[in-house]
Amino acid sequence: MALQVVEHEEAGGHGAEEGISNVILGMILFICSEVMFFAGLFAAYFNVRANAPIWPPEGNEHFHVANEIALPLIITTLLIISSFTCQLGVWSIRKGDRQGLVRNIAVTLVLGVIFLLGQGYDYTQLGFTLADGTFGTTFFTLTGFHGAHVLGGVIMLSVVLYRSMAGQFSSKHHDMVEAVSLYWHFVDVVWIVLFSLLYLVPSAN
Amino acid sequence: MATTTLRTSTGYRSGLYDWLTTTDHKKIGILYLANSILMFLIGGLFALLVRVELAQPGLQFLTDAQYNQAFTIHASLMLFLFVIPVLAGFGNYIVPLMIGAPDMAFPRINAFSFWLLPLAAIVMLSGFATGGGAAAAGWTEYSPLAQAKYEGIGTDLWIVALLLIGTSSILGSINFIVTIFKMRAPGMTLLRMPIMVWTMLVTSILVLMATPVLTSALIMLFIDRNLGGHFFDPANGGNAILWQNTFWFYSHPAVYIMVLPAMGIISEVLPVFSRKPLFGYKAFVFATAAIGALGFSVWAHHMFTTGAVYLPFFSFMTFLIAIPTGVKFFNWIATMFRGQLTFSTPLLYALGFLTMFLIGGINGAFSAAVPVDFALHDTYWVVAHIHYVLFGGSVFAVFAGLYYWWPKMFGRKLNETLGKIQFVFMFIGFNLTFFPMHILGLSGMPRRIADYDPNAGWNDLNLLATIGGFTIAFSILPFLWNVFITSRSGEPAGDDPWEGNTLEWATSSPPPPYNFDHLPEIRSERPVFDARHGATHA
Repeated sequence: MALQVVEHEEAGGHGAEEGISNVILGMILFICSEVMFFAGLFAAYFNVRANAPIWPPEGNEHFHVANEIALPLIITTLLIISSFTCQLGVWSIRKGDRQGLVRNIAVTLVLGVIFLLGQGYDYTQLGFTLADGTFGTTFFTLTGFHGAHVLGGVIMLSVVLYRSMAGQFSSKHHDMVEAVSLYWHFVDVVWIVLFSLLYLVPSAN
Repeated sequence: MATTTLRTSTGYRSGLYDWLTTTDHKKIGILYLANSILMFLIGGLFALLVRVELAQPGLQFLTDAQYNQAFTIHASLMLFLFVIPVLAGFGNYIVPLMIGAPDMAFPRINAFSFWLLPLAAIVMLSGFATGGGAAAAGWTEYSPLAQAKYEGIGTDLWIVALLLIGTSSILGSINFIVTIFKMRAPGMTLLRMPIMVWTMLVTSILVLMATPVLTSALIMLFIDRNLGGHFFDPANGGNAILWQNTFWFYSHPAVYIMVLPAMGIISEVLPVFSRKPLFGYKAFVFATAAIGALGFSVWAHHMFTTGAVYLPFFSFMTFLIAIPTGVKFFNWIATMFRGQLTFSTPLLYALGFLTMFLIGGINGAFSAAVPVDFALHDTYWVVAHIHYVLFGGSVFAVFAGLYYWWPKMFGRKLNETLGKIQFVFMFIGFNLTFFPMHILGLSGMPRRIADYDPNAGWNDLNLLATIGGFTIAFSILPFLWNVFITSRSGEPAGDDPWEGNTLEWATSSPPPPYNFDHLPEIRSERPVFDARHGATHA
């Protein structure tokens, strides 16, 4: 019997015509590994926090003063909004609306950059550094690596924006948009956990 | 069966440029194997330095600091730049062929994953060129040893090297998982995949979920050492045990990363040279998955003596691993039972694996018992255990795989006589080196010491182990000679020299860049066997 050759209309390789695309599955797996990376950092945070007699340790009590939370709250809101605009972009291109994609990705990109600038400014306003006890170490490591991931997302969004403006995506061909939006949602979710942990309940015990 | 009549190597461009820029999974697989074997040789030289120093009491050749660097870099090279990448190399070469795919899912990421490895090796070894020397706190780099005592930049280079290797592993694992789930040929259902592919799949899931935790631990160590962090610094509220937890959360699953694909190789070799199908295919698949799942719940058995872990749980989970491993041993032995064994070199190495890995499992079970472990922890018993598992296990499987797939990779068989000579010397040398370490460990010799009391009663066994170490080193010479002469005048292999079962034997040797001109019908886990015996059409 001759081999049943499945004709591929698109250059996606074996099986690409059915189910999830290689690119999106690859991104989901990458996000799994990123979850485990942050799990390691969170484990460290909870470990030193559980071992501390009081938390935040002496010298860091001023951290959760109300006026210091205003800026983080604003940039958090912007980052959450950016997840929605990113998804609006995905929905646009699924319907073939290239203008909508460009518009929404541009807004997402701007919001991401504002978040990074806001966080950078916030760093300069905090009265402690990475070397100031375990609080400073965990705070700057967690938020710093999250910031690095936002920067990575911003770079990916820039590529998506460039390619959208060049008209390279269509309702059928936009795996990269889907994959980058998944990554952006992941970065957003990590921040919501981090923000709750570090800013909203820094002294739950 | 039909022989594929393809342009064999005319499709290949030749030359260095082609190897440096290739995205062909077969060439990348060969690059992985070559780089890993080079690291095996360098790591072996460091092992010889250690054995020379320990041959007799007193410090003869190395200073304490040099000795510490020697055993640290020996283990780091062997674990991170030999065993893990060499198995990934087999996976790279074989998995797309076995599932009837033209390449990996992401060929350029695949090339990137490989090229991170030589870079990491250069970074790690460049520590020797720095003032403080290379990393020296052991491959486990426990805090505070990794922080306070070794101020040099060598440890930081070690951290960076491991971050690069980790990135390589994670990207590779994503590539394997997507390839296996998305690129299988029509008819290649999950439960018709060769066991080698199954073990690569489970291994990739372990890499994907465990390696990022090591990355986070390494970053925390880097921050502690260079940026004034306090993660592992008890004097400032940190926790030294935290390093051990995060490190072993990766490094215990890593043990299965280092041995599951080896079990996959053995499970391909035994049926072919026993002329029987693998006994209990599905049980083997489930046992592989069970080892992968249990592998995440045993990391703290490395930390029994810290007093910081819940002993009964981790001891119990560790013993549980013996059950799926036992299932596999039963399958392997039942596969050979009443088979027509042909004692070619791959089968000899597979038998070496079975016997030596069994000892490694049994002496590991002793350490899993908490009271026994309190006596054996950090003695040479543990050194014996890890070498029976990783040398007796993984390295023997690597050579089984090399002799088995070499004809496919290069179109020529390796010389059988030289292969058997190598096996005999390696088998004897291995046992001479590592069996005495059980006794040394039981009589209390701690690991990682450069010198010992001449009256401790350890002199003879240490000398024996050193002689064994040089026997292993000697056994590499017939292998290198074998590679050299067969590359010039080896016996042409043909497409299917061993009468194999799996799809890689259905294409030419070496396969063309796109792998298959035409695939046989896939109706079982042995499509080439079926086609050869007329059960299906080729």
